[in-house]
Amino acid sequence: MITALTRKETWNRYFDSLKFALYIMTHPLDGFWDLTHEKRGTYAAANTILILTIMARLMRLRFTSFIFVQVYWEEVNIFLYIGSILFPLALWVIGNWALTTLFDGKGRLGQVYMATCYGLAPYPIIQFPLMIFSNFVTVEEGQFYSVLSVISLIYCAVWIVVGMGQIHEFSAGKNLLFTVASLFAMLVMIFILMIFFSMVSQGVFYIISLVREFLFRL
Amino acid sequence: MKKVFKRLFAIVLSTVIATGIPLCAFAEDPATGEISYTYNLDYWGDVQDSPDFYTVCKVFTSSDLGLEVKLKNPEGLFVSGDLLYLCDTGNNRIIEIKRISSEKLEVVRIIDSFKGADNNTFSGPTDIAISEDGNFFIADKGNARVLKLDPDFNFLLEFVKPVDNTLDPKLTFQPSKLAVDTAERVYCIATGINKGLIKYEPDGTFSGFVGATKVTFDFMDYLWKKFATQAQRAQMESFVPTEYDNIYMDHEGFVYACTGAVTREDLRADKADAIRKINLMGNDIMVRNGEWPIYGDIHMGSGGGYEGPSYFSDVTVFPNDIFVCLDRNRGRCFGYDDQGHLVFAFGGNGNMDGYFRRPVAIEHFDHDLLVLDTLDCAITVFVPTHFGGLVYNAIEEFDEGRYIESGKAWEEVMKLNGNYDLAYIGIGRSLLRQERYKEAMDYFEVKYDDENYSKAFKQYRKEWVEEHIVIIVIVLIALFLIPMGIGKIKSIKHEIDIADIDWEKS
Repeated sequence: MITALTRKETWNRYFDSLKFALYIMTHPLDGFWDLTHEKRGTYAAANTILILTIMARLMRLRFTSFIFVQVYWEEVNIFLYIGSILFPLALWVIGNWALTTLFDGKGRLGQVYMATCYGLAPYPIIQFPLMIFSNFVTVEEGQFYSVLSVISLIYCAVWIVVGMGQIHEFSAGKNLLFTVASLFAMLVMIFILMIFFSMVSQGVFYIISLVREFLFRL
Repeated sequence: MKKVFKRLFAIVLSTVIATGIPLCAFAEDPATGEISYTYNLDYWGDVQDSPDFYTVCKVFTSSDLGLEVKLKNPEGLFVSGDLLYLCDTGNNRIIEIKRISSEKLEVVRIIDSFKGADNNTFSGPTDIAISEDGNFFIADKGNARVLKLDPDFNFLLEFVKPVDNTLDPKLTFQPSKLAVDTAERVYCIATGINKGLIKYEPDGTFSGFVGATKVTFDFMDYLWKKFATQAQRAQMESFVPTEYDNIYMDHEGFVYACTGAVTREDLRADKADAIRKINLMGNDIMVRNGEWPIYGDIHMGSGGGYEGPSYFSDVTVFPNDIFVCLDRNRGRCFGYDDQGHLVFAFGGNGNMDGYFRRPVAIEHFDHDLLVLDTLDCAITVFVPTHFGGLVYNAIEEFDEGRYIESGKAWEEVMKLNGNYDLAYIGIGRSLLRQERYKEAMDYFEVKYDDENYSKAFKQYRKEWVEEHIVIIVIVLIALFLIPMGIGKIKSIKHEIDIADIDWEKS
């Protein structure tokens, strides 16, 4: 592991794959195709982009001008905040993979994850400069901020959908269909998780009350 | 967008309270568990303790006033000069009281009849107003008329039920509250008439209804009504405007009209206004720039003898445009400034001095507040504390254009109450006028005042650019020249590298 880190080729490949995210931002169809089929992407780069996205999301709270983001700090839980990004991402990746693998999807779980993370790249790239920009504008000029902020989200959403199509080698129509289906799968998973957790807590309470009952009778 | 988010936040918070999670809506002293008498709302809608803004000077009961017949269900108050008129509704009389000082009121005369009309007594007079010429206007509710009397109580005119086709002929006219403008036009509220204020010309003719409350309905309600049977429809609420409960004519001739018969949901959804400022055209011109809407307590959690939204039963307006609304349901007084920011809130339900059982009327002498409680049959006189006086001073200095003094007064206020948002914004506005933009920005940022912050920042940015214009130009030129230079050097280098120079030949 450490020998790999000291090698120059490892780093070159990492930076190349990271730079490839920029290529994808301008050439989504070619880019996402080459990402897996030409093995231009790496997990290291995907993880980096994900971490940058989470950082952008967190730093936004503190460094954006109060004109645009007002934070009630008493209520902020940083772990919940990170979870609110990672949890839907995990649901999306698993849900998408679970569905597409049944319907001729060529992408593997890891590749779905990688493509999704590469699709998130526009978010930090737009949000970080926007954060700095927000401190130099007034309320009247705030429209720029809002519009760019919305653009960054739409950009990501479109790129992720396009990415999925290329990874799975789907046609446009089939891709859209499976995007909707994946969203539905996410809901189903949330539903099952909720049932699961309530069942577990019921079970735990059952055992606790059973033990209590025993202790009373002893 | 920000407002929507905050309203949502308030709704979530109040549902949490309503569902019984022990999350107290009011700031409690952790040591004694006591609720602060005076409080304010911060940017987030959290209730912040405040030093007392007003304090009870004296409570005047019937015996304090030296009345032989005790007051019975008094309902109306009116201040004119240093005279206070009290409508003793239950005893069919009007009491004229002279104010000697804040803690001394003296009954001048008791008026229970007048001259020059067949029926020369009152029957349940509920309100009185006095025009600039000194004529009295009395809502004689039981006799279905509004009386106009001259200063010596001689009958001049009477205003009767308006002749209007839309009014139910069987409806008895019960004028309850009234206001008079400088031209002696009468604006009147009558029980059972919800078309707005009844406006009479000075000669007694009815000239129309003004300023009806807005009528709103859901599209879903509308659909339901479409498909409902006649009987079902009769059961449903009808979409009618709500009646006003009280009116007040301010020094500029605008009518402040308040209504309490609004639901919590309508208030939250911004479908109903608890208070409106009505101009001559009957339009609402109330400025609502405050972080929170003007309907009293924004947290309407029940418990401790409080339930439901504030019910504004009266309003009074100071010459500095601060208006104080009296909340009958929660027994509180809410003061708002001309921009709709909450200046103070104090009071509560109870029997102690400064608490109310059923307050119905509020008036003011200078900065003193007089509150009439119809169950206690008592007038409570409030005088501003040092803190309250400082706030008034700061606001009035600012309105008069003495910004430096205003800033100093706000700094004093901040020393007494560090949780007072208006103080920070006040200091900021004072600094802004003194062109100390950077400092002003800091004050505005602390209290999330984006509008004023932007004003200060715009000027600060302009100043900064003007001061640093040379550096900016140099940096810009450098940004152009350096890459160009590098490109040039590179190309020269490249040419040298590939140049096929035969050194040996020469």
